[in-house]
Amino acid sequence: MSRAQLIDRSLVRDLVPFKGRRAARLVPRNPASGPMPWVIAIMIALTVMAAAAGLALGNLADRARTDLSGALTVQIVEANAKTRAALAKRAAEILVADPAVASLRVIPREELAEMLAPWIGSGNDEGEAVPIPALIDVQLANVADTAEIARLNALLLDEIPQARVDAQSDWLRPVYDALASLQYLALALIALLAFTSAGAVWLAARSSFNNHRKTVEIVHLLGGTDRQIAQVFQRSITIDALLGGAIGLILGVLAIGVIGSQFAAIDSGMVAGGNLRQLDWLVLAAIPLAGVLLAMLTARITVMSALKRML
Amino acid sequence: MTEGTGEIVTFDNVGLRYGTEPEVLRDLCFTLHPGLFYFLTGASGAGKTSLLKLLYLAQRPSRGAIRMFGKDTITLPREQLPAFRRKLGVVFQDFRLVEHLSAFDNVALPLRVAGVREADLAKPVADMLEWVGLAQRMDAVPATMSGGEQQRVAIARAVIGRPDLLIADEPTGNVDPDMALKLLQLFERLNRLGTTVIVATHDIHLLRQVPDSLIMRLQKGQLLDPTGALRFPPRPAPRPAQREGEA
Repeated sequence: MSRAQLIDRSLVRDLVPFKGRRAARLVPRNPASGPMPWVIAIMIALTVMAAAAGLALGNLADRARTDLSGALTVQIVEANAKTRAALAKRAAEILVADPAVASLRVIPREELAEMLAPWIGSGNDEGEAVPIPALIDVQLANVADTAEIARLNALLLDEIPQARVDAQSDWLRPVYDALASLQYLALALIALLAFTSAGAVWLAARSSFNNHRKTVEIVHLLGGTDRQIAQVFQRSITIDALLGGAIGLILGVLAIGVIGSQFAAIDSGMVAGGNLRQLDWLVLAAIPLAGVLLAMLTARITVMSALKRML
Repeated sequence: MTEGTGEIVTFDNVGLRYGTEPEVLRDLCFTLHPGLFYFLTGASGAGKTSLLKLLYLAQRPSRGAIRMFGKDTITLPREQLPAFRRKLGVVFQDFRLVEHLSAFDNVALPLRVAGVREADLAKPVADMLEWVGLAQRMDAVPATMSGGEQQRVAIARAVIGRPDLLIADEPTGNVDPDMALKLLQLFERLNRLGTTVIVATHDIHLLRQVPDSLIMRLQKGQLLDPTGALRFPPRPAPRPAQREGEA
């Protein structure tokens, strides 16, 4: 087959095989020689850390919500200690008889006194100066929604007007709100980092394009398509992004490991709820890949738009 | 030379200006027919390079219409330009070689861009480089080559894909008379195979080397002959210098 026939065939089929290593030689590069892989590495490391923080906070909130979703606290607000104890016992009997209640526990007086000691001091015994309500910790079979709480409240009030029923999750609502705010902050940080990374890639692609403008013009005049030329730059940026992504992931995971071990030392039930799950690790591992895709896309858009300005 | 019928390029009342400057090309009307050999002559600054830029689609005219290979190139969508450019072979005045690529890779570039496999292009590229006398310089990069060598690489690159239209801007400006003749013979051979050739030159001796070629004379941005091209007058008796060149 003659050269002309070979070229005709490729044109007819609209093949674009001018890519890979032989096309990459048009834009010579020395991996890791420029700042690009390191910029991407820092961005990816920060993104991994922000995402890990967001996921951990999400897990923490989920765990707390699950633990408290069916939990109620019944308070018996009565000044007289003996009457209060009797009412608490009666309230427990009424609740146990209700099919919605899975279990309950009347909090012992000593336990309450111990919990409140930091605020009201110890030695607050019977004949107390500060009356402490009796508390019953109730676990429902299902979620403690508003209707269920209202029903149980009404049930108790019929016999014990001093009773007050509260969902335990209500006590933690400000904490949930704070956790949600931190999650949004992490999300905003990730978006900002992605935006900054795209900006860095845009600058790098534009600079590389301008440095190789002469070569681009030659390839253009020899019949190279925008797609072919963009692929050359895309490949160069992709290699930088892969390198930077790998380094960034390692740095990010190391930082998570160090911070995780610090928190583990706190040995708190709530902090333990913030552990990363298997799926979370997969999400973190996908961040460098998303970074590479973002870099490729940005490089492509940058080069294609620059080429559009050429004839 | 095979005289073609039809037209490969038609300029209709074409003008070109850069920015707000006066027109560098004015009222160009001519037709290039398939299989013919054209010389474009004119003094420095007459607009030869600008006209060639319009031909190799590096510039759009400010006015007028240009048809190439049966299509209006001014209204042609940008995406279709590469396919057109692959039908052209261009020898630039400043060579425009890719500085960091070897002579081999520079010559192979049009074939690679067109999608020819490595296995299919190695021999033609080597043959072409041998033909232009650069078989021993295949791995040399332009920076290590003389002006003449670079020009030969540029010519090899322009003709390797056997284009439908070969456009050459002062292609023999940097080579010795022997090589100039040899390169012109290569252009003629391509022309005999059906390629339309247009060579911009101010070397009057070169014009005499191609019998039956047509001449387009450009002066201050305008073609001197209303029809565009003139048949070159019959070749005069060769002068001693030309005999030496032909030997």
